[in-house]
Amino acid sequence: MQTYAEGISIVQFDLTQLANCDISWFDGGISAGFPSPATDYMEQGIDLHRELIKNPSSTFFCRVEGNSMEGDGICDGDIIIVDKSLPAKDGKLVVCFLDGGFVLKRLKITGKSVYLLPSNPRYPVLNVTDENDFRIWGIVTCVISKK
Amino acid sequence: MIGLIDCNNFYVSCERVFNPSLEGKPVVVLSNNDGCIISRSDEAKALGVPMGVPVHEVKYLLEKHKVVMHSSNYPLYGDMSNRVVAILQELVSELEIYSIDEMFLDFSGFKKAQLTDLARQVVKQVHKNTGIPVSLGIAPTKALAKAANRIARKEFPKERFFKINENEQEIANVLRNFPVESIWGIGRRYAPFFKKHHIETALQFIQAPEGWIRASMGVTGVRLWREMQGMPSDMLDPDTLPKKNICTSRSFGELLTDYTLIEQAVASFAVRCAEKLRRQGSCAGILNVSLHTNPSRKDLPQYHNSATMRLAVASNSSIVLAQQAIRGLKAIFKEGYRYKKAGVIVSELVPKDRVQATLFSDDQPEKHAQLMAVMDAMNLKHGMDKVRLLSQGYDRRWKSKQERLSQGFTTNMREVVILKI
Repeated sequence: MQTYAEGISIVQFDLTQLANCDISWFDGGISAGFPSPATDYMEQGIDLHRELIKNPSSTFFCRVEGNSMEGDGICDGDIIIVDKSLPAKDGKLVVCFLDGGFVLKRLKITGKSVYLLPSNPRYPVLNVTDENDFRIWGIVTCVISKK
Repeated sequence: MIGLIDCNNFYVSCERVFNPSLEGKPVVVLSNNDGCIISRSDEAKALGVPMGVPVHEVKYLLEKHKVVMHSSNYPLYGDMSNRVVAILQELVSELEIYSIDEMFLDFSGFKKAQLTDLARQVVKQVHKNTGIPVSLGIAPTKALAKAANRIARKEFPKERFFKINENEQEIANVLRNFPVESIWGIGRRYAPFFKKHHIETALQFIQAPEGWIRASMGVTGVRLWREMQGMPSDMLDPDTLPKKNICTSRSFGELLTDYTLIEQAVASFAVRCAEKLRRQGSCAGILNVSLHTNPSRKDLPQYHNSATMRLAVASNSSIVLAQQAIRGLKAIFKEGYRYKKAGVIVSELVPKDRVQATLFSDDQPEKHAQLMAVMDAMNLKHGMDKVRLLSQGYDRRWKSKQERLSQGFTTNMREVVILKI
């Protein structure tokens, strides 16, 4: 660091340092943390990724198309955060693979019957039987709506 | 004890996580430019689809059985591999990443009973949390763990776990039924040799005299021989040693006649080599560039040639290597041919801190090193080739074919799984 005049100093920035900076990566292709002299203070900010994602290695992002879940506030275009590690239980919002496509519904288990419930009265309740190609893919942990 | 995790049919399994309708169907994943088969589902294996063969050689078989083909989606496979590693790291204290789909786990310090429970948990949890099926082999050495893994996969498809205890008799019993060609590192190269000497099983292999193994396979063979008997012996891992040369070569997406396009491809290949050199901390003293027409197009005139350049000072600068590659290309390029493939190979690699400088060089390695560090950091953050040399260009016609590419489900917000609701 060289001091030229009072109050002004020019810091020689070592370009190679840039390569050593820890650049944060987020799975969803969202990146944050451009290396800057404020790097030391960045940890004090709020990191939504850390707040919303408890199990990063089993968490995936999805996007919603349709409006059968409007009653749960889930709208067309919303981003869904799904955790594959959590157990599927009655009453959970689940992402499942049903007869060739991914769907998001509320899981209802009564006795031996499995139902997928919409939360928009204009859509039917689906009764899952042995006839269906059905598997639960993950549990919804968070819905991100842009208003 | 050492564990080896193998992600079963890894590339196919990654595709299946995001497209579960592929479950139960024959599926293959193709190499760069959709050329060869590099991953097969169990169903494809059962149909007799061989590993590593060009697609056109088994076209009939693939079409007859409606085998689903995917281009390789390396960003997806890399991300899924990282997830598997992250889960393993939570379960064991130490692990070594052997390849994109194989990890060695350190199980030392666990009691016998504990170990079995932990192993079952590892297999179950990785599958549940990522959707990737894995198998686990546990044994006193790496080579035996690799063998145990194979047994787990072949003979315990439900549990996907097999353990060989540290016990001479138990090891012998297991190896009695283990074919010699399935031993780690024996493979196609040594198998015929052993068969000729009536060594068919791994048990016969470990019973062979040490001197004979040394004479026929060298010191690496002796290490393997010891490891297979249950004596840990510092298996030299060829993959983790710095490479002796680095090659980037690709077939073009279409036949090219235009020099400019080929120059862009060759410059890009040189840049890839330079990046790989920087990652392993070496510099190259020699660069070779080659150019080929398509030998299977008998109807077209054929030409292939290569040029080798010695660098004044060994380098890992993208700029220097691309300049040399283009110089070589200019020397061998001939008008009037339709080219299919080009390649750049760098060799005579030295650690970057042992580069011999010369008095008469204009290059300023220090400046290059700084610039490359910045380029690497920016490209790491913003994506490959975001900052590139002018000579690399932006034309995509030389790029490999990836006609059956799945989406960047985990790496691109615009390509995530869509839920129809």
